Amino acid sequence: MDYVIVGNSAAGIGAVEGIRSLDKAGRITLFSDEPYHTYSRPLISYYLFGKVTEDKMYYRPPDFYERLDVTARLGTRVNSLSTAEKELVLESGEKVGFERLLLATGGKPIVPPMPGRDLEGVFTFLKWDDVKALEKTLYPGVRTVVIGAGLIGLKATEALCHRGAEVAVVELANRVLSAILDEGAAGLVQESLAERGVRFFLENTVAEILGADGRVKGVRLQDGTELPCERLVIAIGVSPNTSLAQGTEVAVNRGILVDEFLATNVAGIFAAGDVAEGYDFLFRQRRVLPILPNAYKQGFSAGVNMAGGTESHRGGFAMNSIGFFDLPMITAGIVKPESSEFRELIHTDAAKRVYKKIVLREGKIVGFIALNAIDRAGILTGLMEKEIDVTPFQEHLLRENFGYLHFPKEYRQQELWKGVLKRERA
Amino acid sequence: MKRVYAREEFCAGCKLCEVHCAVAHSEYPDDIIKAFLKQKVKPTPRVLVEENQPISFALQCRHCDDAPCTKACISGAMQKDPLTGVVINDESRCVGCWTCILVCPFGAVQRDAGGHKVASKCDLCSTNGGLPVCVQNCPNDALVFTDELWGR
Repeated sequence: MDYVIVGNSAAGIGAVEGIRSLDKAGRITLFSDEPYHTYSRPLISYYLFGKVTEDKMYYRPPDFYERLDVTARLGTRVNSLSTAEKELVLESGEKVGFERLLLATGGKPIVPPMPGRDLEGVFTFLKWDDVKALEKTLYPGVRTVVIGAGLIGLKATEALCHRGAEVAVVELANRVLSAILDEGAAGLVQESLAERGVRFFLENTVAEILGADGRVKGVRLQDGTELPCERLVIAIGVSPNTSLAQGTEVAVNRGILVDEFLATNVAGIFAAGDVAEGYDFLFRQRRVLPILPNAYKQGFSAGVNMAGGTESHRGGFAMNSIGFFDLPMITAGIVKPESSEFRELIHTDAAKRVYKKIVLREGKIVGFIALNAIDRAGILTGLMEKEIDVTPFQEHLLRENFGYLHFPKEYRQQELWKGVLKRERA
Repeated sequence: MKRVYAREEFCAGCKLCEVHCAVAHSEYPDDIIKAFLKQKVKPTPRVLVEENQPISFALQCRHCDDAPCTKACISGAMQKDPLTGVVINDESRCVGCWTCILVCPFGAVQRDAGGHKVASKCDLCSTNGGLPVCVQNCPNDALVFTDELWGR
């Protein structure tokens, strides 16, 4: 079997490992337009912060491609896909045939067509090269505007702050991290970053990037405010990088549409990770879920299915673990429900910046926020994934010591003795 | 593979498993006194006793066949050994992002109190090659290390 993978991040690597779990002999060729050995995209902010050195950026050991017998064609751009010929055309004009193809091309930064975006000093924050370029231009006190207070924007803010930059954040929503936090939690996070000197401009956006001599010198906001700056980081969001599928028979909505086996509508062609639009079983609709755990899992399942196995990926949901300086948070699923079919349980301790919220629907957990109280939060994620009715023990969910202790004994033992517990009756 | 299982009806809640685990994974693995007195930060046990008398039991990493922590790890530090099945966190590559805590359904990964901000979890004492210390030191045989079927 001839496998071709386009993409060298979590989904592509997951696919390599998925294929090799079944097929040790098939030929795997992997393309990446970046020149690097597989590295972890979420680590770029840690790299800029200085927490992670160059040698720790890699997602897999140096001998990975050799050990799993992969021909890695790094720094090689794929220009187009022909579904009829079952081949890819590279930038060089070379044609590469495939029997099974995985599109794991990830996302690309959203850059609105605002005037001034080509000025020197304007950066995006997605790839290793982005932070390598940004890093070279930093100096103490450099005034930096970050557009977007989402996960990427605030991780960039944290690192820039640590590197001595004076940071202002501009965000269209009424709060920071609006995708993963409600107002209560977001306020506490904003407050802690403000203590580090970060300024926030919420419910506002950049109308124009101001420049002189080809360099950025400030931004003008929608409300007329002008913020002088020498650096600008655009972190509005990421959209699926579907360019290879565009104009082919492969069905694309926001992302490349995939079924529960990560297959597209074209036989032999699969998609996984930030480029794919799979099923979100909490929102009960197809959604792009641009998070690393989802990318790896989808990639692995795609690989198994490409190799002739049948691994159904019944869908995922948003989940994030993130922190800024000493304030960690874990969140998942629906955190700010808009209708009455949901119930919310909330515990706050603003002095300690602790905020816990659990969202229930039909007796099951469908979302939670654990701010500055993250220990053992995965128990909640597990209950969500298994869609357990938590009604019998829901009064314990917000407790600090919530654990397996509060589960009904039979369920507890079934989970903890998995694999070795002999059932009394078959 | 062999894993550690807790028989909650025999657990006295003494937490000696936590003590011995913390010592075994400290800078002074053979000296309980030094481990608690000399190490700058109190060593973190990799087993947790859940307790609300009369119920108590020890819980540690289940070394899942389909370990979600290994799939979710953003740095590649958390890996399952393909031969032994033991899930090990390579602390030199761990960045303390706590994504493993987000996905572990057992709540078995902890933040190391040792100040180096890495995920801390049971390694089945795989470096000592024998019986995990929590099992060795359980005074009431509430912990068993087995891969065989057990009755109720």
